[in-house]
Amino acid sequence: MEITLSHYLVLSTILFAIGLVGVMRRTNLLMLFFATEILLNAVNIGFAAISRYYGDLTGQMFAFFVIAIAASEVAVGLGLLILWFKRSGGIDLTSMTSMKG
Amino acid sequence: MFEAVAFYLFAFLTVVMFSITVFTKQALYALTSLAAGMIFISAFYFILGADFLGAVQIIVYTGAVMALYAFAMMFFDTTRDVKEHTRSPQIVFLLGGMVALLIVIIFAVPIVSENITANYPVAEGVGNSQAVGIVLFTKYLVPFEVAAVMLLVAMVAGIVLAGKKMDHSLTLMEDEEIEFAEKSNEKAVS
Repeated sequence: MEITLSHYLVLSTILFAIGLVGVMRRTNLLMLFFATEILLNAVNIGFAAISRYYGDLTGQMFAFFVIAIAASEVAVGLGLLILWFKRSGGIDLTSMTSMKG
Repeated sequence: MFEAVAFYLFAFLTVVMFSITVFTKQALYALTSLAAGMIFISAFYFILGADFLGAVQIIVYTGAVMALYAFAMMFFDTTRDVKEHTRSPQIVFLLGGMVALLIVIIFAVPIVSENITANYPVAEGVGNSQAVGIVLFTKYLVPFEVAAVMLLVAMVAGIVLAGKKMDHSLTLMEDEEIEFAEKSNEKAVS
């Protein structure tokens, strides 16, 4: 019973699907952020697995950059979220319909 | 054998934890299960021999990102249930399944072709951290510096966005000044 690359890719896909369901299901913005973190982590597993099974470090490098991007996304996104909460008193997506056409 | 046991154990745990994150109604449960899932994911990196990536995962995600989320959740009312009205869950699940299938196909195509060769092979005779350092500071130096600048910009943006009302320091003010500032804040809110 050997764990191959496909095992990791299938796991990565399952986690990505969970994250996608979360992104489509949630309307609370904080929960939406959690779902995007799941998406990024699922992709990172795929990168690390490919890096291991092809003996190439590029996958790990991409995983590092994805982690850096996730960290900066959280910083900016939470700043915007706190600002929106101070202004409107809620963080629900349905309250952000001021750009209705 | 041990690899298989560890893989299936941590795969199960990760899927369960992330499912809790996605489907729970309590914001605190979502936060804690997300943190647990991040730590379980670092186990995959250790199994795969990417030790440095696993350590970075624990430090950055469960250290920095989760602390940021916990800090932000103190602004919001997290004790009550998250109220959400979704229109039709069937469509959501259908779309999620279809996109997942699409991604499987996208991932499977290069595996079938079997033409991938290593651009930057792992250096022989050094540990994972050293090999990562060698590649990161030679081939990926410019993206590394750009990522550093991006993190700096994100930090400045976070401070500017979240710290709007922090231009007067509460520790350096007298009591009357603090009361005056609070009153003016209340007026501004109402």
